[in-house]
Amino acid sequence: MSQPLLQIQNLHVSTTEDETELLHGISLTIDPGEVHVLMGPNGAGKSTMGNAIMGNPAYKVTDGSILFDGQDITGEPTNKRAKMGLFLSFQTPIEVPGITLSNFIRSAKEEITGTRVRLWNFRKQLKENTDLLQMDESYLDRDLNVGFSGGEKKKAEILQLLTLEPKLAILDETDSGLDVDAVRTVSQGVEAYMKEGGRSLIIITHSTRILEALHVYKVHVIINGRLVTEGDASLIDDINENGFEKYTSMAAEDKE
Amino acid sequence: MSQEKEKTYVEDINRTMYDYKDEENDENFYKVDAGLTPDIVDQISKEKNDPEWMHEFRLRSLEIFNKMKMPDWGPSISGLDMNNIVTYVRPKTKMSAKWSEVPDDIKNTFERLGIPQAERESLAGVGAQYDSELVYHNIKKEVAEQGVIYTDIESALHGPYGDMIRTHFMKLVPPTDHKFAALHGAVWSGGSFVYVPPHVSVEIPLQSYFRLNAPGAGQFEHTLIIVDHDAYLHFIEGCSAPKYNIANLHAGCVELFVGDNAKLRYSTIENWSKNMYNLNTKRAIVSKGGTMEWVTGSFGSHTSYLYPMAILNGEGAHMEYTGITFAGAGQDLDTGVKVVHNAPHTTSVINAKSISKSGGKNTYRSGVVIKPQAKGSKSSANCESLMLDSESTSDTIPTMDVRTNDADVGHEAKIGRISDEAVFYLMSRGMSEENARALIVSGFADNVSKELPLEYAVEMNNLIRLEMVGSIG
Repeated sequence: MSQPLLQIQNLHVSTTEDETELLHGISLTIDPGEVHVLMGPNGAGKSTMGNAIMGNPAYKVTDGSILFDGQDITGEPTNKRAKMGLFLSFQTPIEVPGITLSNFIRSAKEEITGTRVRLWNFRKQLKENTDLLQMDESYLDRDLNVGFSGGEKKKAEILQLLTLEPKLAILDETDSGLDVDAVRTVSQGVEAYMKEGGRSLIIITHSTRILEALHVYKVHVIINGRLVTEGDASLIDDINENGFEKYTSMAAEDKE
Repeated sequence: MSQEKEKTYVEDINRTMYDYKDEENDENFYKVDAGLTPDIVDQISKEKNDPEWMHEFRLRSLEIFNKMKMPDWGPSISGLDMNNIVTYVRPKTKMSAKWSEVPDDIKNTFERLGIPQAERESLAGVGAQYDSELVYHNIKKEVAEQGVIYTDIESALHGPYGDMIRTHFMKLVPPTDHKFAALHGAVWSGGSFVYVPPHVSVEIPLQSYFRLNAPGAGQFEHTLIIVDHDAYLHFIEGCSAPKYNIANLHAGCVELFVGDNAKLRYSTIENWSKNMYNLNTKRAIVSKGGTMEWVTGSFGSHTSYLYPMAILNGEGAHMEYTGITFAGAGQDLDTGVKVVHNAPHTTSVINAKSISKSGGKNTYRSGVVIKPQAKGSKSSANCESLMLDSESTSDTIPTMDVRTNDADVGHEAKIGRISDEAVFYLMSRGMSEENARALIVSGFADNVSKELPLEYAVEMNNLIRLEMVGSIG
C-alpha cells in the first residue's frame, strides 16, 4: 500500500495577527489520484485550510501536523512546499507589475524543477494551454494579472497549474465569479491536469459545475472550523438542495 | 523574451565592481590642494588653459560662493567640509578618442563598469570622465556627419563653438542660483558639450560616464546640451565612485536648451558611493512645442539634493519626469523635480517613485509653478513610495504656485509597503522570499526601468537586487 499524498492530523490553525483560532482539529487524508471537495458556508474555514496547507505566514499552525509525500511540512516555507509539488490556485490572484505572465511561469517552472527551461518548447506548451483555456495569447506578454478581468485571472491560475504540474493542487473557489462558459473552460483545464495519473485535487467550491467532468472521491463539509461530515459525490447534491442548515446545527451541538 | 527575463533575474553582482579603486598610481595625478582659495581657482584656470572670460567668471563665482549661506532647508550637509575637498584632480593622461590609448588602469575601471562595451553595442557616442577630466571621448562617424557636435567643454571653448558656449554657459543656472552653483562656477572641470543641428534626429543615444576615483575629491563636470529646433537627442549619463571613508562631493551642473519642436530625453543612472554628497543642479529651458524628458534612477550617495527643473518657455512645451530613488542605510536622499509653466498650453507629467529600506530616508520635494500667462496649462504629478521596513522614512513635500485660474494641476501621493499576500503568492510558485521581494520591488520600479535602454535597465535591476540581498532578516 502506497503512502498517502497528503495527511493532515488534528490541525489547529490561528491567525498570526491576533491568534484567533479558525480551525479546531481537522484531519484529512488524500491519496494519489483522488479528487476531494471541500464545502461549507462562507467563513467556515475552507480557505484557511488551503492557506495552511500552502504555508501562508498569515496563519499559524498551533497544533497537529501536515504530512506531504511522507514528509512533515508543517514548518516548511511556502516555496519549499511548492517545490515538493503543492499548488494553490488563489481565490483572488495578486497583480504583480514588472514581470510578464509568461516569464513568471517560466521562472516558477525553473524554480520548481531546478532546471533551465528551454524557451521554444516552453512557449509552445504555453500556447497549447492558452488555446485549451480559450485565453488570448497576448495575456502571456502582459504583466502578471495586472488589469486582467476576474475570469482571466482564474484562467491564468489554471494555466500555471497546467505548466507547473504539481502533485496536489488546491483550487480555492476557482469557479466563483465566472460565467457559465468560463467555468466550462476552466473545468476543461482542470480535467486536462487530472488526465495525467496520480495527481490529486482539493476543490473548494460552492457549486457543482466545475466538478462535472471529474470523478469526485470524497466530499468534506466544514462548518465553524470543524469537519462535520464526509461523504461521496451525492453529498454535493444533498447540500445543493438542502443547504448547510442541518450540519450547522450539528456543529452547534458538537460545540456543547 | 529572454531579455525581459534577464531584467528581473539578473545574477547578483558584486559591489566591488563599483568599489574598485585605483590607488597605486595616485602619486602620478596632478591635483590642487584641498580647500578653496582664489589661488586654487587661479591654478585650476591656468591648468585648464581657460580663456580670460572664463578665468574671470571663476573668480567672480568664488566671491559669490563665499558670500552665500549653506542651505539649511534640506538634509544635513554638516559632514561636508569644503576645506577638505580637493576640487581638481587631473588623471595622468590626455583625452583620447581611441580606447586603446587610455591608460590600462583607467581603462580597467571603465571596462569593469561596462564602458565602452556599451558603446560598441548601442551608443552613438561615448564620453568618459575620470575625476576632473575626460579621458575618452568619441562619436560615431555617421552621427558626426549629421553635424552633431559631441565633445568636452574645454575643447569646445577654444574651437568654433566657443561663442556658443560663452552665450549659454551658466546662463540657465547662474552662479547666484545657490551656493553649490557658485562653487561649480568657480571650479568646474570636465563634462560634455552637445549640439544637435535643426531637423537632425540622433537615433541612438549619446552617453557620458562620470567616475570619481580620488578620495576626498570633488567632481564638478559641466554638461551643456543644445538641441536646435525640430531635432531629437537621447543623452545618458552614468555616475559611480568607489567608497571611501572621507566625504566626496559632486556638484555638477547640467544645462539643457531644447529648441522649437525639439525633443531631448536625459537619462541618468546614479550610483555614487555612500560617502558622496551629491549636490547636483540640472535645468532645461524648453521652447515652443518642445519636449523635455527626464528619466532618473538614483541609488547612491550619502546625501542628495537633486531636483531637475524645466522651464516651459514656449507655447505647448512639455516636460515629463520619470524617476526612482532608492535610499538604504545611512542615506538621506532629497530628490524631486521642478517645473515652471511660463507659456500658454504647456504641460508636465511627473511620475516619481521612491524606495526606502534599512533606515534610509527619502524626501520627495517638488515645485510646480504656473505663471499668469500660462493659460490652459496642465500639470499632473503622481508620487509613490515603498517602504521596506518600519525604520525607514519617506516624506512628500510638494509645493504648487498657480497664478491663473485657467490651469489644471493635480498631485497624487501614495505610500505603501510590500504586501505579504503578494510575497506569499510568489512563494507559492516556488520563489524564495528574497526573490519574491526583489521581484515586487523591481516591479515597483518597472515604469522607470522600461524607460531606460536595456543595459541600463539591467544595471538598475542589478542595483535593486544588490540592495535587496540580505534584506531578509
